Amino acid sequence: MDTRGRVIAIIAEQALLAPSDVREDMTLADLGIDSLGVVESIYAIEEAFDIQVPFNANDPEASDFDISSVRSIIEAVERLISGRA
Amino acid sequence: MRRVAITGAGTINALGHDVPSTFAAMREGRCGIDQLALRDVERLSVQIGAQVKDYDETARFGRQQLTLFDRFTQFALIAAEQAVAQSGLVLDDALKLRAGAILGNSGGGLSTVDDNYRTVYQEGKNRVHPFVVPRLMANAASSALSMQHGLQGPTFTVSSACASSNHAMGLALQMVRSGAADVMLTGGSEAMLCFGGIKAWEGLRVMSSDACRPFSANRSGMIQGEGAAVFVFEDWDRAVSRGAEILAEVAGFGMTADAGEIVTPSVDGADRAMRAALADAGLSAESIGYVNAHGTGTAANDRTECAALSRTFGNHAGSLMISSTKAMHGHVIGGTGAIELLACLMALREGVVAPTIGYEAPDPDCLLDVVPNVARDAKVEACLSNAFAFGGLNAVLALKAA
Repeated sequence: MDTRGRVIAIIAEQALLAPSDVREDMTLADLGIDSLGVVESIYAIEEAFDIQVPFNANDPEASDFDISSVRSIIEAVERLISGRA
Repeated sequence: MRRVAITGAGTINALGHDVPSTFAAMREGRCGIDQLALRDVERLSVQIGAQVKDYDETARFGRQQLTLFDRFTQFALIAAEQAVAQSGLVLDDALKLRAGAILGNSGGGLSTVDDNYRTVYQEGKNRVHPFVVPRLMANAASSALSMQHGLQGPTFTVSSACASSNHAMGLALQMVRSGAADVMLTGGSEAMLCFGGIKAWEGLRVMSSDACRPFSANRSGMIQGEGAAVFVFEDWDRAVSRGAEILAEVAGFGMTADAGEIVTPSVDGADRAMRAALADAGLSAESIGYVNAHGTGTAANDRTECAALSRTFGNHAGSLMISSTKAMHGHVIGGTGAIELLACLMALREGVVAPTIGYEAPDPDCLLDVVPNVARDAKVEACLSNAFAFGGLNAVLALKAA
C-alpha cells in the first residue's frame, strides 16, 4: 500500500469507518476524531512510517505538522518520509 | 464539629529543601526548572524538569533504610520530619493511637519500577532485589511515616492523579473534624522524574520542551517536577490548649467528578468543586482573596480553569488574585497540591502572594489577575487551592488565616 493508502487506513481505523468512506478533503472533526483520537493517530503514523511527527496538543496550529485535513496529513507525512531518506 | 488547625509544615522540592527556602524562592519568583540529569535523558524529547537538586540520599538515610525507601518515600519522610518538628507535637503512647497519615501519590515508586524493568527486560536478568514490592507500593510513603512517628490511627495513600494530595488533605481534614483522629500527617509526595516516568508523559503530547507559562497566550504545556510537602493537621482546641502556633485553619474541602472525558477538563466540574469547598468552609466567594490555581500551563486546563473561576466567583473574579506556582516547582503530579498549599500558607501568614512566572502575553480566555512574574504583598484572609486531575476528578481546599 502507498503512503496515502496507509495514512487513510490509520485515520479510518480511528474514525471507525471503512477506508473508502474517508475523503481527502475531510477534516478530522468531520470524521468524528477528537483530541485523544488525534494523538493516537499521530502515534500510529509514527509507528507505521518510523518517523517523528512534531506535534504539541497545546497548540496544534503552531506545529509544523498540518492536521487541518486528511490531505494535509498525507502531504505532511510524505514530507517527513522524504526528509528522513 | 471540630475545627482543624495546621500546626506544622515541611517540604523538599525543586525550590528548596525546607519551607523557609521554598518561601524565599516563591517570593523571588525563582524557577526550579532545569536540564534533567538522569539516565538515558538523551532518548527523551522533553529534557527539562524541576528536579530536587543538591540531594544526597546517603547523607539523609542509612544503608538499610535506602534498601527500602524509593525516592518518593524519602521525600515524604524528610517533609514529615520538618512538619512534626515545627508542630512541637509530643507523640506519646495515647496520642499515637489517635494519629495517622494520609498522603497523596500517583506514580508509586516509579524509579524502582523503572530500574527493575531494566534489569529483567533490558539486561535479561532473572533476579531482582527482595524489596522491590515494598519500595514501589504506593502506600510505602504513608507507611514509612506511620512507622517513623509511631502513628497507629487511620493511615493510607490516596491516588487520584494530579488531585491526589488535595484529596488526601481533604480526607485528613474530615478525619480530624469527625473525631476519627486528633492529629493527621498529610500532604503528598511524588518522584516520577525517571526515564519511564517522563517518556509516558511525552506520549500524551501535552508537555512543553522549553518553559511552563501558565495563563500566558504562548503557553506550550506542562513541565514535571518532584518532591513532597507534609503538614500536621490537628484538632483546633487541642492545638490551642497546648499553646501550639497555628499556621492556618483548614476550613473546608470540596470534591467533584466531571463524569465526562478522561483527560479533557470541565468548567462545570471545577466550578462545582470550588463552590463545594466554599460551602463546606462557610465562606462567601467575596471573602476569598487568593486562589492557588491548578494552572498546568496546558491550553485546555488554563482556559477551562479561568472560565470556572469566573463562574464560581462572578464579579469578584476580577478582584481575586490567582497564581500558578507550577512554573516554579513544576507539576509534582500526586504531590503537587501539597507543595502548592505552601503558597497558600505564605499568602495567609506572610502576606505575600506567589507569582505566576513565565508569563509573557495575555490570553483573551485567561484575563484574570494571575499575579504575573512578580510576587505581591497583600493581606489575604482566606484562600482556595485547586487541583483538577485526569479522570475528571476535582479537589479544592479552603484555608483561613489563623
